[in-house]
Amino acid sequence: MDLSKAQAAPGVIAVVDGRAVAEYCTPWVAVLAHLKGIKSPPQHAMAIERACWQGEACAAVIAESRSQAEDAVALIEAEWEELPVVVDMDAALAGKPVIHPELGDNICFKREYDTGGVDDVFARADVVVEETFRFGRHTGVCLEGRAILADYNAGEHSLTVYHATQAPHMMQDIFSRHLNIPEANVRVITKDVGGSFGIKVHVYPDEMATAAISVLLRRPVKFVADRLESFLSDIHAREHKARVRLACSKGGEMLAFELDDVTAIGPYSVYPRTSGIEGNQVVNLIGGPYKHQKYRAKLHVVFTNKNVTCQYRAVGHPIAVALTEGIVDIAAQKLGIDPAEFRRRNLIADDAYPYTSPVGLKFEKLSHQRTLAKLLDIMRYTELRAEQARLRKTGVHRGIGLAAMIEVTNPSPAFYGVGGARISAQDGATLRLEPTGMLTVLCSVTEQGQGTEAIFAQIAASAVGVTLDKVRCMTGDTGVTPYGGGTWASRGAGIGGEAVLQAGRALRSNILDVAAALLKLDKAELDIAGNAVVNRLTQEAKLPLAEVGRVAYFRPDTLPMDFQSELTVTRHYTPRQYGFTFTNGMQAALVEVDPATGFVSLLRHWCVEDSGTVINPMLADEQLRGGIVQGIGGALYEECIYGPDGQLMNGSLADYLVPMAGEMPDIVCVHLETPTQQSQLGAKGIGEAGTAGAPAAIMNAINDALAPLGARVTQMPFTPERILKALGKV
Amino acid sequence: MELARETTLTVNGQRVARRIEPRMHLVDFLREELGLTGSHLGCEHGVCGACTVRVNGDIVRGCLMLAVQADGCTVETIEGLTDSKELAPLQKAFHERNALQCGFCTPGMLLAAQDLIRTGKKASREEIRAHISGNYCRCTGYQAIVDAIEEVIHGPR
Ligand code: FES
Ligand code: FES
Repeated sequence: MDLSKAQAAPGVIAVVDGRAVAEYCTPWVAVLAHLKGIKSPPQHAMAIERACWQGEACAAVIAESRSQAEDAVALIEAEWEELPVVVDMDAALAGKPVIHPELGDNICFKREYDTGGVDDVFARADVVVEETFRFGRHTGVCLEGRAILADYNAGEHSLTVYHATQAPHMMQDIFSRHLNIPEANVRVITKDVGGSFGIKVHVYPDEMATAAISVLLRRPVKFVADRLESFLSDIHAREHKARVRLACSKGGEMLAFELDDVTAIGPYSVYPRTSGIEGNQVVNLIGGPYKHQKYRAKLHVVFTNKNVTCQYRAVGHPIAVALTEGIVDIAAQKLGIDPAEFRRRNLIADDAYPYTSPVGLKFEKLSHQRTLAKLLDIMRYTELRAEQARLRKTGVHRGIGLAAMIEVTNPSPAFYGVGGARISAQDGATLRLEPTGMLTVLCSVTEQGQGTEAIFAQIAASAVGVTLDKVRCMTGDTGVTPYGGGTWASRGAGIGGEAVLQAGRALRSNILDVAAALLKLDKAELDIAGNAVVNRLTQEAKLPLAEVGRVAYFRPDTLPMDFQSELTVTRHYTPRQYGFTFTNGMQAALVEVDPATGFVSLLRHWCVEDSGTVINPMLADEQLRGGIVQGIGGALYEECIYGPDGQLMNGSLADYLVPMAGEMPDIVCVHLETPTQQSQLGAKGIGEAGTAGAPAAIMNAINDALAPLGARVTQMPFTPERILKALGKV
Repeated sequence: MELARETTLTVNGQRVARRIEPRMHLVDFLREELGLTGSHLGCEHGVCGACTVRVNGDIVRGCLMLAVQADGCTVETIEGLTDSKELAPLQKAFHERNALQCGFCTPGMLLAAQDLIRTGKKASREEIRAHISGNYCRCTGYQAIVDAIEEVIHGPR
């Protein structure tokens, strides 16, 4: 690689290659001890000698402006020797060729699970159905690209990073260890982030390189991924091919599921969460809502020369729900049972909890049957079926699709920590009463637009007894907030919210200590409401909180000699009793398919979701709606298409389709509330539920519309072309 | 810089004169030269609408227009239209209806929506959806945005 011309270009400060960056940043290997046998080679911030996918950076230009940097990049001369690539997952599995010879094969991770007795059940079942489903890889397309500004201070040997990330403390640990800067000298600040959805929870080589170059140059360095760079290097997700089988009795009882899943993850497992988790979740979640007892699964996670894949909103759920609900509909069709009735017969009963699934997942309490009943009610299922039948006679092909789901939320340390990842499963909240009676909330969960700060303010306000306008919430700064995991796996409300609640309750008690001392009254007689200390029984105002604050901070001399006020309280919370706090929900889609064009119109969508305590109904609805539309994107439009040479063919928003307002339906959301008993708040997660179930509901609706025409689609996204192919028209 | 062209335009009511490189697009100019960072860049391919600004009364994709092309033009951005209170009812409705999550699409979305509202047309939900169908939002799923615009057009439901 010849960097000299670029180095001489106007405005250029430095041009560096992988070797130069490696002096300042150690490589990483993304494995987890509890994913037995997972392997991946060491990965550097920038490629040294060999690049494994289009999107792996091999040189960086640092210039005074973006345009100068981009001009200079064009002057870098690289002599590439093309190596054979493997882009197809079957070829990868067969090791043709092996990407990292030192690993022996292309298998990053494999897992097998067997309850035993599966062959027997399949052999004796009245009805066995089988289908192979394919899922295109897609990506997050956050409207704001990944962004980082790293500022190294040589005098202090400290690094301040302004970083659009979901996990500031995780990144603090990673910058510290890989750049060899003491942890306390690294501060990660995360202000408003333009959408994340799992995209911004991973370690990105270009971001590590940016931080390393800041150390190298001893000055601030900024990198913002433009749209092309985002398509090439933001993690992708969901490239799966899976065969699924279901055995049933002729009475319509589900007896056993079987899965054989292959997923292709690019040339490296992504650090530090690994690229084994998505497939692992698929294995765990297949058949999740149902009562069957037997299950066997096989998973292969293989390396390919495409962009890396990793955890993206609803991780594994859209695949597992589509596989399960897709095969359930095929079974219902074969049995001649209405799909809603078939589900009713097989969903786990609402009084069966605690319940352990065949794969060993423990459910504290779910509400599948109530959810189904509610869904059928709000969508007027029976009338909709009658209308569908009427319209079919007039040549209008409408389809109704259902999708039941369970979702992983509020993960315990069993998700990452036990595997050796330095990822916090606990979160903390600090609440401080300010002298004016205002409340400052500092929490380790970050705000990515989902409304974290709004619900923390609500929880804090009610826990302490102040009005919402008195609360100020701050998140996303490792130098300021308590330590914690951040935003991922539908955990912010359930874990961070509980920490806020507990801190709020403790602060309320501490405020009352001050008030009791001031008023010379028994603490038990006092309470806080509407920004004032009140009489617990009469609610009569005794003392404004501003007065408590004034005395505690400025005139503590007027308090009893042995009394010290404590008006800042920190509490932490870790879910421990269950590995995950599962939620449940069900979605339904109504679509119309035009058999002449293959176009799908989305007419209506419904979602009934049980995420435990709902803190803010509007935010909860909007999490579902946003998630559903993201799921619709994967089902109908979005796919990262690669050529046989491993080149991304559609790396722009003009070529990669995303859901826009014109095509999206109105979405009806209803919440059931089965609070978790593990926390005082009772909240489970909701952020990923929409994305988990929507693709399955859409797929089943399309196939329901196509059924009278004898066609079925099984490959997402369901483009008009694929639908026309299924209809035998092209 | 010898290519730079003297360009004079009015931005949010203020006359601005700068020497601008021809290749700089309008939003880079607004953001980098004038510090008006409310206009966002989501794709720079003319697809996402995050860069929507008003030029001579019409909304345009600020990433597809070169700053030098705005010579002699009147440019209005989210900052100016906020200060003038023209967007106030829409902003209130967005706020109340939670029509933004991360907010990155919001400036562009507001300008696109206001473009419809200004016509005085009693647009239906479908027409509202069609009018903002060039503005990408990854967070909301659009329904809340449609609700908010509908409320401004038709009054509270
Ligand atoms: S940035 Fe201009 S349309 Fe996307
Ligand atoms: S609110 Fe995040 S992109 Fe629209």
